[in-house]
Amino acid sequence: MTTATTFPARAAGHWSFLVGGALTLALLIAAGVSLLWTPVSPYVIDVPNKLQLPSAQHWLGTDALGHDVFSMLLVGAQNSILVGVIAVSIGFSIGTALGALAAARGGWLEEAVMRLSDFAFAFPAILTAIMLTALLGPGIVNSILAIGIFNIPIFARVTRGSAKAVWARDFVLAARAVGRDRFGITVTHVLPNVLSILIVQATIQFASAILWEAALSYLGLGTQPPQPSWGRMLNDAQAQLFQAPWLAIPPGLAIMLAVLGLNLLGDGLRDLLDPRLARRR
Amino acid sequence: MSKKAHVIAAALVFALLPAAAKAAKDTLVLGMALEPPGLDPTTGAAAAIGEVTQYNVYEGLTKIEEDGKVTPLLAQSWTVSPDQKTYTFKLQPGVKFQNGEPFTSADVKFTFERDAAADSTNKEKASVFAKIARIDTPDPLTVVLTLKEVNANLLFNLGEDTGAILEPKSAATDATHPVGTGPFAFADWVKGSSITLTKWPGYRAADKIKLDKVTFRFINDPAAQVAAVLAGDVDGFPRFGALDSLKQLQSDPRFTVAIGSTEGKTIVAINNKRKPFDDVRVRRALAYAIDRKAVIAGASNGLGVPIGSHYTPNDPGYIDLTGLYPYDPAKAKALLREAGVKTPLDVTLKLPPPPYARQGGQIVAAELAQVGINAKIENIEWAQWLDGVYKHKNYDLTIVSHVEPRDLAIYADPDFYYQYDSPKFRALMEAVNTAPDEAARLKALAAAQRQLAEDAVNVFLYVLPQVSVAKAELHGLWHNSPIFANDLSAVYWQ
Repeated sequence: MTTATTFPARAAGHWSFLVGGALTLALLIAAGVSLLWTPVSPYVIDVPNKLQLPSAQHWLGTDALGHDVFSMLLVGAQNSILVGVIAVSIGFSIGTALGALAAARGGWLEEAVMRLSDFAFAFPAILTAIMLTALLGPGIVNSILAIGIFNIPIFARVTRGSAKAVWARDFVLAARAVGRDRFGITVTHVLPNVLSILIVQATIQFASAILWEAALSYLGLGTQPPQPSWGRMLNDAQAQLFQAPWLAIPPGLAIMLAVLGLNLLGDGLRDLLDPRLARRR
Repeated sequence: MSKKAHVIAAALVFALLPAAAKAAKDTLVLGMALEPPGLDPTTGAAAAIGEVTQYNVYEGLTKIEEDGKVTPLLAQSWTVSPDQKTYTFKLQPGVKFQNGEPFTSADVKFTFERDAAADSTNKEKASVFAKIARIDTPDPLTVVLTLKEVNANLLFNLGEDTGAILEPKSAATDATHPVGTGPFAFADWVKGSSITLTKWPGYRAADKIKLDKVTFRFINDPAAQVAAVLAGDVDGFPRFGALDSLKQLQSDPRFTVAIGSTEGKTIVAINNKRKPFDDVRVRRALAYAIDRKAVIAGASNGLGVPIGSHYTPNDPGYIDLTGLYPYDPAKAKALLREAGVKTPLDVTLKLPPPPYARQGGQIVAAELAQVGINAKIENIEWAQWLDGVYKHKNYDLTIVSHVEPRDLAIYADPDFYYQYDSPKFRALMEAVNTAPDEAARLKALAAAQRQLAEDAVNVFLYVLPQVSVAKAELHGLWHNSPIFANDLSAVYWQ
């Protein structure tokens, strides 16, 4: 029996990738479906029917103001994905650029970029979010900004580390000897080779961004009512802890599964995209 | 240890046990939802200040009892001139402040002049203290107030926390270290956590005070309030906020739950000078668009009496104006069209922390959305509310509860944060003040309430209920709040 060497073949046997992929797909489908249809509008307030247990009308019951919990979960998925995608994109684009620049130029520029990213890294994301909220008011935009800023140094460090390894390789040295400029080398040789590592990192940061968005919304700094948010659903559930303790389970499970799925996916991708395995033919 | 020592030790323990048990019975831990920003009620607007200090640390010339009646306190007796513009107070002799200074008429004069000064931030400067023309102190135990115009509520006002009597040496630091003539002295303030008062032995009736030490603990979160009560961390919670959790506390024999009322008029405050709210039709549309019953059901667990103006059913002369703007979204839309408002109209709805605002705000926003008004919710903290909304009038809509009693006069002040400027209303308040007899006064009060309702100055929602939860052995806590105060001199353990 030959060892599977093509990507699809290896992916089919990798359970972490499969489970992670399935969970992530479920998340995307939930968000996608909610764009077109939800059982009940999550914005409808129906106080006479508040704090109900699951029923045919409300598949997961209702919260303290009569919102349908299942619909809020679906629309909350939209929210989480939106924040995740945009925040990670901000971190990815700016961080990768900085990291690639640092690796290409070296010298004082590399030191400066790395020390700046150390500083940004050390600054707690929560404080950044609170500062932005104090300056600009609470809201989803500010939580995206805060999480995005927090992601920049992560991508910068990963890019710089991997890029430096690529810069030391023979074909790059050859390109330099021929006289190609640093920018051209970065674009044609360095970035394609670090891409797989960045994809893995982005997937893992996506998971982290979902968790951070939930944390900020829980604190009241992120998504504001009436826009549903898993984190804020948790906070509202906490206020009902003594008469409806089950309210915390749906948003908590949703956050857990989303983050777990993306982390497993990221782990699986890391194994599958590992250049050493890929090269073994 | 030897056997003899064991016996002595055991005997000591048994001897001290009842003492220990007895000692626990004169300390009290009360829960409070909001922490006061300072402890000087003559300069701060927060009701929480009075909750801690009124009748405990500070005293006023008069006292308001739980049923709203006015009784003597620092003023032993008083006479009112026939034209109701001159009040002569005979002060209680032998009273001292907690810093040792004697209480005399000079302190009354100092306090009231400070309250009326140009830079005073007293909540009732315009309605009470600025109306005092002269203060005479013919002797240390007599104060004569001469008013510029009649204030039929003066004796009541002087019993509120804004009328607390301070003394000159400590006045500047009262906000952090209050000094008054009351039975309890300020002991400690752990910011964010608790304030402790201890019995002051120099109080003139110290033997009547049954509590030795009282700690106010600040617990904002409703779930945490329930947890604290159930765990026994607090002995009583006079203004309990977790209205959804009452059932389990009511069925628990360890606790007594009492539901009473306050003077809290919960309203959707409208910035009357902001477009398009300067048009009365738009304000009326807001009133038609909001269903009071839904807000009471959602924000207050069904507890709360609807109101149609800035007055509660407990107050003298109350008329029921809730029928003026019944819930009618179609009428609201029609009024908005008539006023030429382009829908969807984008406005902000600033919500301070209490549940009546945060939960009620979501319901209000949903109902306004039905008529084409997009109210963007901004959850803010009290400090931001006091600064941005109350002081700088930087808002469109906000939800708040005014717990000061009989405060129609705030609508006569065009600078108050509603920015309602109506000469007609001021004339009506003038009629209230100069009414020759009680019947005329009640008639004038009715007209004033009606004017506010017709002008739809704010959307008047409901009376804030008071839910008081306490351990079964604790007695004396107020179940109604004519003012936001906790009279600890009446509280005792059984």
